[in-house]
Amino acid sequence: MVGCLAVSRRLRFARRLALLGLAFAAFWPALASAQQAHAVPLPREVIVTIDNFSFNPPELTVPPGTVVTWVNRDDIPHTVVAAGKSFRSRALDTDDRFSITFASVGDFVYFCSLHPHMTGTVKVRGAAEAPAAASRATGPAP
Amino acid sequence: MTRKRDETGPDKDGVDRRGFLECMTWAGSGVLWTVAGGAPLGVGLIHALAEQPALSPFSFLQISDSHVGFDKPANPNALATLREAVERIKALPVPPSFMIHTGDISHLSKDKEFDDAEQLIRDAGVPVFYVPGEHDLLDEGQGRAYLNRFGRGSRGAGWYSFDSNGVHFVGLVNVVNLRAGGLGNLGSDQLDWLRKDVAGLASSTPIVVFAHIPLWSIYPEWGWGTADAAQALGHLARFGSVTVLNGHIHQVMQKVEGRVAFHTARSTAFPQPAPGAASSPGPLKVPAGELRRYLGVASIDFVQGSEALAIIDRPLSG
Ligand SMILES: [Cu+2]
Repeated sequence: MVGCLAVSRRLRFARRLALLGLAFAAFWPALASAQQAHAVPLPREVIVTIDNFSFNPPELTVPPGTVVTWVNRDDIPHTVVAAGKSFRSRALDTDDRFSITFASVGDFVYFCSLHPHMTGTVKVRGAAEAPAAASRATGPAP
Repeated sequence: MTRKRDETGPDKDGVDRRGFLECMTWAGSGVLWTVAGGAPLGVGLIHALAEQPALSPFSFLQISDSHVGFDKPANPNALATLREAVERIKALPVPPSFMIHTGDISHLSKDKEFDDAEQLIRDAGVPVFYVPGEHDLLDEGQGRAYLNRFGRGSRGAGWYSFDSNGVHFVGLVNVVNLRAGGLGNLGSDQLDWLRKDVAGLASSTPIVVFAHIPLWSIYPEWGWGTADAAQALGHLARFGSVTVLNGHIHQVMQKVEGRVAFHTARSTAFPQPAPGAASSPGPLKVPAGELRRYLGVASIDFVQGSEALAIIDRPLSG
């Protein structure tokens, strides 16, 4: 599961690479079509706030490539840790943020390692894929 | 929970009625703590103790949840209130033999927070035995910083035991490998170690167990309990006197179940709401003039030849 996630730092790097590619393409038309395939629109960002020891919204359904950013608005630190260990934030103090890009489909249950009763889920569903189809795909074979 | 302010102060028998009633609400009978500031006062088991000859008693002190680094409205200076607590300890007529710190020494596991806390607490002039709280495991190494500093001679995530004055003390760690939706957790390695650790002890040996998160289920909705506490207590079931000291919930609560007395200590940094009394367990903001009534330490007196320990909660101000 680790491979399908990227931290925001990596995302920024990817954006910079894409821009570089476009600049290059202006001088080298032969490369332009190949580069444009990678120059995807900026990914959508969705905010999850942490208020009163809870993740809001607690459950989120997003398309692949979405950046999810958690913002701690409590006056106590919290963390964002995947139950499957695929991601883990540092301790987020008041107003601190943590972002990750959900690149591939799946359900990501996460919690706060300081207050494990705080839980949330990010459901990543393919753009053309209905939620029902996704669950069928991961279910047992008939 | 409704709370009536009793302005008349402690009753003539030394029992603060407001505190007493709050305690009874959560603890049922068998109460042995008091909230009266200053002089050692008590009810229940302490009265029973008073009838026995005092044979070279010894006492130790519990300090908890100092959260050094916390600077939010509930207490803009957690280091200052810790300093006040240490001054109160130094002013005790009989110095405690040692202190235990039941975790959340720091707020964010930063070196400076650990440095400040350790230096200040050392100023009390008595040995200190630490166990970590979840706030002490926030370094990149997830507890490495705590172990390097406080974990000498400990096992696993920092558990250990020692003997003093005929009492067997066990420091447990229930703040690592917590699972989504779960409670505090000791884990099988630590439980195995505990079973072997007490195996050779006579059942008459008084046992004191200390850990950060309560080892009794206070309010699972807020994570105030330990999933495998029953297994730990099972290993201690044959002992005549078991005292369990915890922190984490930043308020005094007590329960006596058979031969096991459970007690949680105040924080020296900020109070938290009574279970379910607020929408979340976040820091409780009280009027500035009242903060010190909610903060404090606990002293534990042990009378040799008796099996009971008298726990006295000492707020920073009455
Ligand atoms: Cu949290």
